[in-house]
Amino acid sequence: MERRTLFQGWKLPVALVLPQLLLTFVFFLWPAGQAVWYSMTQQDPFGLGSVFVGLSNFRELFADPLYVHTILRTLVFCFAVSALAMTVALALALVANRELRGRAIYRTLLIWPYAVAPAMAAILWLFMLDPEIGLLGHPLVKAGLPWDYHVSGLDAQFLVVLASSWKQISYNFIFFLAGLQSIPQSVIEAARMDGARGWRRLRTIILPLLSPTMFFLLVVNLVYAAFDTFGTIWALTEGGPGKATETLVIKVYRDGMINQDIGGSSAQSVVLMLGVIAITAVQFRFMGRRTKT
Amino acid sequence: MKRRTLLAGSAALAATATPLVASIPAEAAGPTKIVLWHAMTALLADSLNTLCTRFNAAQTAYVVTPVYKGGYPDVMTATIAAFRAGQAPHIAQIFEVGTGSMLAAGKAIKEVWQLSKETGVKLDPKNYIPSVRGYYGLADGRMAGMPFNSSTAVMWYSKDAFEKAGLDPEKPPATWPEVVAAARAIKEKNAADIPMITSWPSWIQFEQYSALHNIPFASEADGFDGLGAKLEVNSKAHVKHVQRLLDMSKEGTFKYAGRDNIPDPLLVGGKAGIAFNSSGMRGDLTKSAKFKWGEAYLPYDPAIIKTPLNSIIGGAALWSMTAPHRTEAEYKGVAEFFAFLAQPQNDAFWHQKTGYVPVTLAGFAESQKDGFYKANPGADLPVKQLERGHVTKYSRGLRLGRLPEIRNIIEEELEKALQGQQNAQTAMDNAVERSNKVLRAFQRAVKA
Repeated sequence: MERRTLFQGWKLPVALVLPQLLLTFVFFLWPAGQAVWYSMTQQDPFGLGSVFVGLSNFRELFADPLYVHTILRTLVFCFAVSALAMTVALALALVANRELRGRAIYRTLLIWPYAVAPAMAAILWLFMLDPEIGLLGHPLVKAGLPWDYHVSGLDAQFLVVLASSWKQISYNFIFFLAGLQSIPQSVIEAARMDGARGWRRLRTIILPLLSPTMFFLLVVNLVYAAFDTFGTIWALTEGGPGKATETLVIKVYRDGMINQDIGGSSAQSVVLMLGVIAITAVQFRFMGRRTKT
Repeated sequence: MKRRTLLAGSAALAATATPLVASIPAEAAGPTKIVLWHAMTALLADSLNTLCTRFNAAQTAYVVTPVYKGGYPDVMTATIAAFRAGQAPHIAQIFEVGTGSMLAAGKAIKEVWQLSKETGVKLDPKNYIPSVRGYYGLADGRMAGMPFNSSTAVMWYSKDAFEKAGLDPEKPPATWPEVVAAARAIKEKNAADIPMITSWPSWIQFEQYSALHNIPFASEADGFDGLGAKLEVNSKAHVKHVQRLLDMSKEGTFKYAGRDNIPDPLLVGGKAGIAFNSSGMRGDLTKSAKFKWGEAYLPYDPAIIKTPLNSIIGGAALWSMTAPHRTEAEYKGVAEFFAFLAQPQNDAFWHQKTGYVPVTLAGFAESQKDGFYKANPGADLPVKQLERGHVTKYSRGLRLGRLPEIRNIIEEELEKALQGQQNAQTAMDNAVERSNKVLRAFQRAVKA
């Protein structure tokens, strides 16, 4: 069924839409347009001179093997964070969905990390896992575990994935729990009567019914890992050691804010923007199809 | 979801594209307002505020308002953005590695000599400690940035650890071979958790190291003679030092504990036997360290130089910024404020309160006279290290664009070498190659 409200004339509709359009223009179109323009210029930081250089910033970017490595690293990072955050959240949601004593407390506690600011989350992990001053890290190192994220790239990657996923688990948990609760009890009971238990019931009944939630969460998690982990990574490793934990957003920040390479950094922003547009387009397509069926 | 994605995207864009619009109080009748953007926190901010209050009380023509703008990179970014919007503050505190970029900023800044000439306020380079003014000056000696908060690198060590290791706590190692031997003794006797660490790896182990040994960090006299400078940290002397650090890391006598000031807590917590760090750590150590610590000169390699030269500074300088419609009175106020900071009692106040070195010779003399060094033995060591020898073209400082990025590159390549991915020579060759690309990009951008 289609609902339609008809307005007389055009002034009122325009007036109603205008604030939204203005916001979109000022906070999205204008800066985005500026970034696109800057990405095709070469300029000194102070903006005293600016030369149009066409696509040469982009050519330089993709000719740089370090940038290509950063793209691949970011992809691996995003999928690692999403996989870890979603698996753990699902496991927790499955447990929380059962009849448990003190279930409300358990659920509330699980939601807390979402409220922790990214940089603070990083500091918490640092206090736990730092090889010299960490509550957990120091004893482990003393016990002979070769753990040092200041030097080992792998250790650093492990750490940022861990800290970033931890922040996102709460969010996923809420959605998984809601998803689980929306599965009709009758379906579960029917499966039970057919003798499907444990893993089999999870695999054949629950997971397929959860798949819309999972797909939605996957997209959200990928975007989270790509963009919202900046604070965590920056506070933990600043992208190092070497370039082991440098994601695209870290590189944009470093090149733009610290290195004052306006053209190059804007070109990276434009690449990121295209990435976001692609993800959003894919999501609309799939989500749209799902709601139709 | 859609909004979230868009916001995330635009946030990333905004990070680079949207100028932070700075607001500066509108002109009003009465004293001329001078705005100073700085990066000082806690005790440092209090001391700066005190100086401004004193200046405001000492005369009626100008009022200086200090505004905290975040860390050093934030102040620089904000200043640049504000300039682009025609709203630059009168004075910006810019860290030493931003000097190259500031000097390339052309009409955005008014260099100190120019400011002095136009306003008639005397700001004589001869009053300033040579290695301090050299860093912020032009090749011919004229001053560009106004030296303000300067520190240098020193070697801190734990007297407790030295005693435990059977070393003389009153006789710290002076050369690198002695440092290596001391670190070994500390490790053998288990006298400290970590025998040796370094903060600011690039600043201390490369930039200071080059100055001390009178070897070029970059061509064109470390960049002073032109924008065409190329990095030269892959020289034999540099590679030898990197190899030494790699060897020490392998045998467990040196521990790489991160970039910038990340290793600081290890020093203050007394975990390290020897710690290379800024002379500005004195305040923290006095306040929080629960062990007996000592301060020593940076070690040198006797195979490269017989008597080491002066070390170079770190910290920041004050820059006079331009803006459309800025009046002569405003520039005069900036110059008067600079002159005020250089008065011996003010310079000595700043030095004694904060732990930065005095930037003027008179400020140093004043601190000697009032007994500050008697009450705080060793507090003059950084000044002596800055003052020793004579400043050469390789010990004057660095004049390279995008130096923060170059520091980062050097540290990245060093880290990869420490991971065993490459040897010392390859690491430094890579660092030079990557840095030269950055230097060329800077050169192109400036000429644009």
